[in-house]
Amino acid sequence: MKDIIKKLTQAYGPSGYEHQIRQLIREEIRGHADEMRANALGSLIALKRGSGRGKKVMLAAHMDEIGVMVTHIDEKGFCRFASIGGVFPLTLLGGRVVFGNGAVGVIGMEEKHFERGKTPPLDQFFIDVGAKDKASCPVKVGDAAGFLRPFEDLGDRLVAKTMDDRIGCAILVETLRKLRRCPHDVYFVFTVQEEMTLAGAGTSAYGINPDMALAVDVTLNGDTPEAKHMAVSLGEGPAIKVQDSGMVAHAGVKELMVRRAEQAGLPYQLEVLSGGTTDAMAIQIVREGIPTGCLSVPCRYVHSPSEMVDYQDVQNSVKLLLAILAKPIEL
Amino acid sequence: MILQELAQAIGVSGNEDAVRKIIADAVRDHVDELHTDTIGNLFAVKKARRAKRALKVMVAAHMDEVGLMITGYDESGGLRFQPVGGIDDRVLPGKVLLVGPDKIPGVIGAKPVHLLKGDESKQVIKIDAMVIDIGASSKEEAEKLVKLGQVAAFATRYNKVGRTATGKAFDDRAGCAVLVELLRGARFPFDFYGVFTVQEEVGLRGARVAASAVEPDCAFVLEGTVCDDLPKDKDTSPTTELGKGPAISLMDRSVFADRRLVDHLVATAEKLGIPYQFKQPGVGGTDAGAIARSRTGVPSVPVSVPCRYIHSPVARLSLDDFDNTVRLMRESLKRLTPDLLRR
Repeated sequence: MKDIIKKLTQAYGPSGYEHQIRQLIREEIRGHADEMRANALGSLIALKRGSGRGKKVMLAAHMDEIGVMVTHIDEKGFCRFASIGGVFPLTLLGGRVVFGNGAVGVIGMEEKHFERGKTPPLDQFFIDVGAKDKASCPVKVGDAAGFLRPFEDLGDRLVAKTMDDRIGCAILVETLRKLRRCPHDVYFVFTVQEEMTLAGAGTSAYGINPDMALAVDVTLNGDTPEAKHMAVSLGEGPAIKVQDSGMVAHAGVKELMVRRAEQAGLPYQLEVLSGGTTDAMAIQIVREGIPTGCLSVPCRYVHSPSEMVDYQDVQNSVKLLLAILAKPIEL
Repeated sequence: MILQELAQAIGVSGNEDAVRKIIADAVRDHVDELHTDTIGNLFAVKKARRAKRALKVMVAAHMDEVGLMITGYDESGGLRFQPVGGIDDRVLPGKVLLVGPDKIPGVIGAKPVHLLKGDESKQVIKIDAMVIDIGASSKEEAEKLVKLGQVAAFATRYNKVGRTATGKAFDDRAGCAVLVELLRGARFPFDFYGVFTVQEEVGLRGARVAASAVEPDCAFVLEGTVCDDLPKDKDTSPTTELGKGPAISLMDRSVFADRRLVDHLVATAEKLGIPYQFKQPGVGGTDAGAIARSRTGVPSVPVSVPCRYIHSPVARLSLDDFDNTVRLMRESLKRLTPDLLRR
């Protein structure tokens, strides 16, 4: 699975600009789904039909990544920018970004305004794309960029930009490829715009109107030095969400996930996340309400260019999804 | 000009009746259907030129404006109030208002400069320390004149000054006026749903239900937007600039504009030599946020007339920008085909 993880995490796709990552996923799952289409906002929906007596199940992972959008280009060709999603200024200086057209930029900072010991606000940073002036600048106002950082295989642990949520996309791709003898119609949905508005998830769920939905996304952890308290650690298994700041997981869905993990002998941990949410928040309140849960991959340094996950957790996430889908579902 | 009439009408969020009536009268003879929904949105439908209707396009502008709501009375006859929509406390003291359905003139009292002590002149007066003075001499008299929950709007006349205009509520009567002009023009090659929405300033509420009812293939949202082109000491861009043409949004706090629609607007503008500008990404939010997320999703883009000093008692816009917004929208819509929205 490391190949697909590497491929997906290296792809370009800030929120609202998911064309390239959508095309890549489309190619990776071609031939494995019975139907495939992109909807009005650009979410990719792949249906794998079941034997006909099961439920309609939606699995969602978001394709988009955090990034930046150019707001202004000054006379010397430096770009000012706005954040796409939750970009922390602390992670910016010296970082690199890549635009849809391949142009690469380095993030610099207004030195005059820097106060030792204080993180400058976003508007004191700029992107240097190597232009000599405004006329030669290879990017325009409104162009979006993602962060640029190579994938690293550390053995048990994997590091890349955009593990949030390409790891979820990779888990969905792998689950789709391995899914056999399933009673359910399973909709594998690769959503858009999660990092800003959750616009892809709710609109996809509206169109599908599933009996049950699971978002697959990353979550935080409490296992690094002097971390905030959180009972989730890397390598202890996929996390089954109880609640986060945007939603309370449907109790029946949560219990189903726990039951299937135990039956299959898979490690798991329960997750209560105090800050942040996922596509599950938007899906849960669509139409008359959809029983929704969330399978989370514990991840360190979320929303930095070096997000780290445990490879066993990733593989066990695929196994847990397959275990959930293998049998009839009663909530 | 319809903009003048619209800007002088009062339509604080939730109280859009007067604005709706002006618009309905202005477009009635030019549309095939005209109706109001339960929340108060006005739908003006212009059917396609030909029978073949491959697209359904929604163009929306919000009728409501920011204002004040009366929340209580002082013993001495002053009215307590809270803001409706986003209003900066600092723009309020000393302003003249029209209060309630009878449009009673009132003024937000400010202490004369003669009486200021020490640092008082440097402090911002918070809204809950202000009262509206309508000349009542007691609580009882004030209660008779203005009921709790009634609203107040800024008492600002519309003025044309050269190729600019000043007035209140250009956010979003400028958008409403552009939409009226589009409805009064020729038919389009698709069913055109002009929707004048309510309650945008308090949470995009009208647009949400309107989009759900129309189920369009794509949407354009017409706005009067932030313009901060006054001199700056750093080379960082203004949100928009007066006189530089309609402002096309790419990303704000509520929505990612559909890039295909953005590119279509830009291509049309460049082909016909219509000036345009991009609104600086990341600022504000519009009805597009609610429309884009309606049902199975609607590709949307906001297009705005730049207005200096919005959400204050008076704003200024360029009449050339206004005319160019009408023109850019009309020409872009005429050239809109279903191919554009295929993935």
